[in-house]
Amino acid sequence: MSRKLFKFKGGVHPPEHKAESNKRPIHTAPLPPKLVIPLRQHIGNPAKPVVEVGDHVLKGQLIGAADGYISTAVHASSSGTVTAIGPALVPHISGLPDDCITIEVDGRDEWIARTPLDYRAMEPANLRMRLRDMGIAGLGGAVFPSAVKLDPGAAHHCPTLIINGGECEPWITCDDLLMRTRADGILQGVAIMRHLLGSTEVLVGIEDNKPEAIAAMRVAAAKMDFPVEVIAVPAHYPGGGAKQMIEVLTGKQVPSGKLSTDIGIQVFNVGTAYALARAVHHGEPLISRLVTVTGHVLRPQNFEVLFGTPLHWLIALAGERGGTTGVLMGGPMMGLPMPNLDVPVVKATNCILVKSAELFPPLPKALPCIRCTRCADACPAELQPQELFRFAKSGDFGRAQEYHLFDCIECGCCSYVCPSHIPLVDYYRYAKSEIWAREKEKRASDLARDRHEFRLFRLEREKKEKAEKLAAKAQAKRAEMATEPAAEGAASDTDAKKALIAAALARAQAKKAEVAPKNTDNLSPDTQHEIEEIEARRAKIRELARQPLSEDKS
Amino acid sequence: MPAPFILDRTSVTQVMAWVLAALLPGIAAYVWLFGPGILVTLSLATVTALAAEAAMLKARGYPAKPFLTDLSAIVTAWLLALSLPSLAPWWLIVTGTLFAIVVAKHLYGGLGQNIFNPAMVGYAVLIVSFPVQMTQWAGPLELTSTPLTLAQSASVIFGGDVPKATLDAVTMATPLDALRTGLLQQHTVDEILVQPIFGHYGGTGFEWLAAAFLLGGFVLWALRIISWQVPLAFLAGIWLTAGFLHFFDAGRFGAPWFHLFAPSVMLGAFFIATDPVTGATTPRGKLIFGLGAGFLTIVIRTWGGFPDGVAFAILLMNLCVPLIDQYTQPLVYGEAKAAKAPPA
Repeated sequence: MSRKLFKFKGGVHPPEHKAESNKRPIHTAPLPPKLVIPLRQHIGNPAKPVVEVGDHVLKGQLIGAADGYISTAVHASSSGTVTAIGPALVPHISGLPDDCITIEVDGRDEWIARTPLDYRAMEPANLRMRLRDMGIAGLGGAVFPSAVKLDPGAAHHCPTLIINGGECEPWITCDDLLMRTRADGILQGVAIMRHLLGSTEVLVGIEDNKPEAIAAMRVAAAKMDFPVEVIAVPAHYPGGGAKQMIEVLTGKQVPSGKLSTDIGIQVFNVGTAYALARAVHHGEPLISRLVTVTGHVLRPQNFEVLFGTPLHWLIALAGERGGTTGVLMGGPMMGLPMPNLDVPVVKATNCILVKSAELFPPLPKALPCIRCTRCADACPAELQPQELFRFAKSGDFGRAQEYHLFDCIECGCCSYVCPSHIPLVDYYRYAKSEIWAREKEKRASDLARDRHEFRLFRLEREKKEKAEKLAAKAQAKRAEMATEPAAEGAASDTDAKKALIAAALARAQAKKAEVAPKNTDNLSPDTQHEIEEIEARRAKIRELARQPLSEDKS
Repeated sequence: MPAPFILDRTSVTQVMAWVLAALLPGIAAYVWLFGPGILVTLSLATVTALAAEAAMLKARGYPAKPFLTDLSAIVTAWLLALSLPSLAPWWLIVTGTLFAIVVAKHLYGGLGQNIFNPAMVGYAVLIVSFPVQMTQWAGPLELTSTPLTLAQSASVIFGGDVPKATLDAVTMATPLDALRTGLLQQHTVDEILVQPIFGHYGGTGFEWLAAAFLLGGFVLWALRIISWQVPLAFLAGIWLTAGFLHFFDAGRFGAPWFHLFAPSVMLGAFFIATDPVTGATTPRGKLIFGLGAGFLTIVIRTWGGFPDGVAFAILLMNLCVPLIDQYTQPLVYGEAKAAKAPPA
């Protein structure tokens, strides 16, 4: 290729283990008896259920509607009856249940009416709305709602569109198989993305350990009516990370704290492009994906899996073996250990990796850090992991933030190379969650303080108003008494007394306010100015503290 | 356990084992050039270090096995042994090693926690406390008439009955000592360098020992156990400082090559200043650390009270590490290029 490629700093090269699962063709996993579909399968607000227990649903029917801009819908993966809506176990590191819709399938697998969209004739905003309602989210792992990413925003166009076929994590081959067998579909999706983003340059980056996928994508790309450059990039973990792919292909880095669109680049996973094409050209919402089932199983391979299918169903299909020591969702570098095999496949599930003691020997005990800085050499975010570790361990979260803790992408390279075998990423996750918790607490206490201060102010104001009212009344009374001195007589005596007392009180209060000068009165202009500045700074800090700390942009 | 679930094959033990292996060319050259006495010193230091390490681990309630097998105590022992005069008495070796392991390493928190390089702390304590015994260097075999056997060396080290004449015949001032003494006696460098102890670049024999340490250092660099910044900056610091002085007054200051080809410099540059625990961690910090140590080495050699300054120079720079690291933090991803090309 004539294109000049760039290198990103750091990275590692763990054993690939791709050959185990990429030799067998894709099989469609048979329908399980029950589908458990989580309402939160994407980044953003969870979907809101729009069906009720007992409802009969069709395959592809909307069961959870998108809630807000950063959200996306969920659909029934097959036809059947809704038997439960409520918390169930989901594939999350916490092991905590989340809201799900359970469907008992009827076995007919009956589709809703599917209508293709003429995307070129549609208003872009409408098209994006439709995509959101069809549940399209990034299938590379982050599951960010695609409709949001397909909005070019104020710039009105995003010159460079990168399609990410890196798939750098060991063991995972679902993108590889997808590109080999469904390259045309992927490129149809790319055409839609290009249309929405107004891109002039389309680059497809694929790691060079997938020659079949590269060949298939090149053949498909040649058929398109716009130029698509399919580029083999060196296999180097985490080269499939969006930021790393951008740097390798363009030499540009996404500025810290900004989005890739700020430098005119948008990145989508190949699976997302394919899902988009199915949605637009076939009217199919996102209800299934390719999942690699590999590791300690008899027949490692890729399956086309309906969302909501339990993991044990797939492991059984791939051939369960004795001596399993655990199951990961994702690869060995960033995957999540699964608390339980009843949890369902979701949009983010690219791989089910079954562990054995032989394939994944227990990690040795950690020794103290010797500051060898191998982690710093391996860090693709160019951080100083040894310092972050020190700060996280000692609870010095402020310093950790100063040292760019939130630029960490948790790729695991540092832990992988650490000669002391320290689970570094774990420390960073801990520090991040502690910081988030403290920010939340601080925001809550700020709010409480503001409310308390307002309450005090309100009480003071009410007291003052009352006193003024009374004083006015007393004044009126006195005026009245002066005009008709003895007419009323004893009857109003007590009233007058009350009024007098009230008037005296008011006078005393006024006097008190007078004799106790506030230290904010009679200030020189300089001091006044200084105070104003301090107040402005305080307000700014409070404003900053109120803003969310960091958003996940991966 | 959270991700990642796989590890590279490296371990602390492996890193330390490579450091020991890279010292072997130097040790072989040492035996070849100065006789087998160093083997006694190395063995004694190793046994003392392991015993001290085990005792301290027990006292601090740490498991002995993972920490004894990390080999870090042996690295400390060897570096100290190679810095000591090869015929130093046994109690000197034991005292230095004990101080290095017990005080400099464990009382500061053990592996990874010490601020100062333990071997250099041991050396510094000895040279400050026992300056006379610290001059008992065996001369290069090339210049001594009757070299000591292994048994004789052991006998000297363990305080056996060795005739003073025999001892005087084998011990000799080091080239750095000779230069220092000569300069103190108002001789010029050229007058001093005619003594047989001076060789091509450094001292007779000593320069080859230095070359052997350099070779080991290259191995460590090739294996990426050490980075290039510290050794290069250290050697550059020596060369530039010595070169600057030599340029202005060649009569009073040794040549830069002479300073560079001292074994202590090569050992310091590749094995001691590169100690990750006590050195700077950032790329720019490593350069500053190395340059500073090189500069201070020449300053101490020239104006200080001791013939060699490597140990003190490194200890002084150890002291500066937190400051250096803090002010040399590299830019993270997205900072560097963003500054260069502001987004449109």
